[in-house]
Amino acid sequence: MISVVRNPRVPLYVAALVALLASAVPLPHWLDLLRPDFLLLVVIWFAILVPRAGGLAFAWMAGLALDAFRGEILGQNALAFVAVAYLAHRFHLRVRMFPITHQSLVVFMLLFIYQLLLFSIDGFSGHPLTDWARWLPVLTGALIWPVLDGVLGRFAAPG
Amino acid sequence: MPVLREPGARYAPPRGSALGLRALVLIAVSVGLMVVDHRQHELTVIRGALSAAAYPLQVLVQSPFAAWQWLSASLATRNALLRDNAALKDENRENDLKLLRLEAIEQENLRLRALLNAEPRDVVERRLASVLRVDLDPLRQRVLIDRGSRDGVTRGQAVVDSHGIFGQTSNVGPMASEVILLSDPTHAVPVQIERNGLRTIAVGTGDPHKLALPYLPRNADVKVDDRLVSSGLGGVFPAGYPVGRVAEIKRDPSQPLATVSAETAASLDRDREVLLLWFHPRVALPAAEPPPPPAPVPDKPRGRSR
Repeated sequence: MISVVRNPRVPLYVAALVALLASAVPLPHWLDLLRPDFLLLVVIWFAILVPRAGGLAFAWMAGLALDAFRGEILGQNALAFVAVAYLAHRFHLRVRMFPITHQSLVVFMLLFIYQLLLFSIDGFSGHPLTDWARWLPVLTGALIWPVLDGVLGRFAAPG
Repeated sequence: MPVLREPGARYAPPRGSALGLRALVLIAVSVGLMVVDHRQHELTVIRGALSAAAYPLQVLVQSPFAAWQWLSASLATRNALLRDNAALKDENRENDLKLLRLEAIEQENLRLRALLNAEPRDVVERRLASVLRVDLDPLRQRVLIDRGSRDGVTRGQAVVDSHGIFGQTSNVGPMASEVILLSDPTHAVPVQIERNGLRTIAVGTGDPHKLALPYLPRNADVKVDDRLVSSGLGGVFPAGYPVGRVAEIKRDPSQPLATVSAETAASLDRDREVLLLWFHPRVALPAAEPPPPPAPVPDKPRGRSR
């Protein structure tokens, strides 16, 4: 081989793995409540900025991995991840052009939709969680988006 | 093939035309998965495989903490170790004394139960498990322990700590299982008030120190500081293990039920080591084995005496 072909999926998998681990690192309870949904943020980032690598199948697998990791009903995060990734994918050309603060707003909406989906699935499966704290990660996720964008942009930008 | 993707295209909107369809298919698959998993519990094999795959990652997550613990243990000073050792020896001596008394009482209890024709207490086997330092969901009361089906753990098995009942296993993987704590809002334990044997149900509240007893009538004989023990009904928890202590009672004359809350006996948010229990009643349940007809019993002595 003369030139090493850069596979755009390698950074994708590395980022997803790190995000999955970050979603379970033990933290003090108050910080745990604020913990953003790192894996979903990674999925959204790839859906918007490297849509050819981070497709819907990737979103689905990431969601399923999170389900398995947390021991929740298999498929609930998978479903919500696919729905959010679909929206991100659908509007990625537009969202890419937004300034970073507007992007944060879009991410806020996406994360809100994600929590809303999980909330309704919880309701169907019979253990609803009505604590207001479940909506905190939506806010923290949107706030951390510029940081994540900077880190991932440096590390996994399509080249 | 309806897929519109040319191999040489420089930029095709990625999977654009089939995006909605793909999303729908994946969502349908997820819904199917959820229904099968939630309603039928038929995905044990897949679940086991997935949780086996997740286990190394979960160990990886807690490895810095384990390493830190190991490091601080191996760097502990000699004095600290000696001090600990002395304290433990004292404790051990005291426990030995207590145990002596306990054994005598247990023997006595067995004899008395035999006299009363009462059912003997359950046989209990136990095994130590440690709680993995992995955060699952901050709003649900679940923890992960490092024992799974390889160690004989099954779904719905009782978990206790040194102070009382801790929870029960909910999802069992090959190497790790998830424990739903006593305090989870979806969890309930059949309990008994130790003082008078009044039976009721203790439900989790989401707060790791608090349980609710929502099914006690307003005039029920319950007092603050009453100890709650497991009643053994329901078959998940063996009878007689401490569950908590009644902390607060509110009797509203306009309500038929009293509002009673209790403190948990086990330290649900602090424990690192827990015990898994395997128990089975010493005698078969009457439903499983009908008692032999009494008729032939008087025959035998008669035959022998003649």
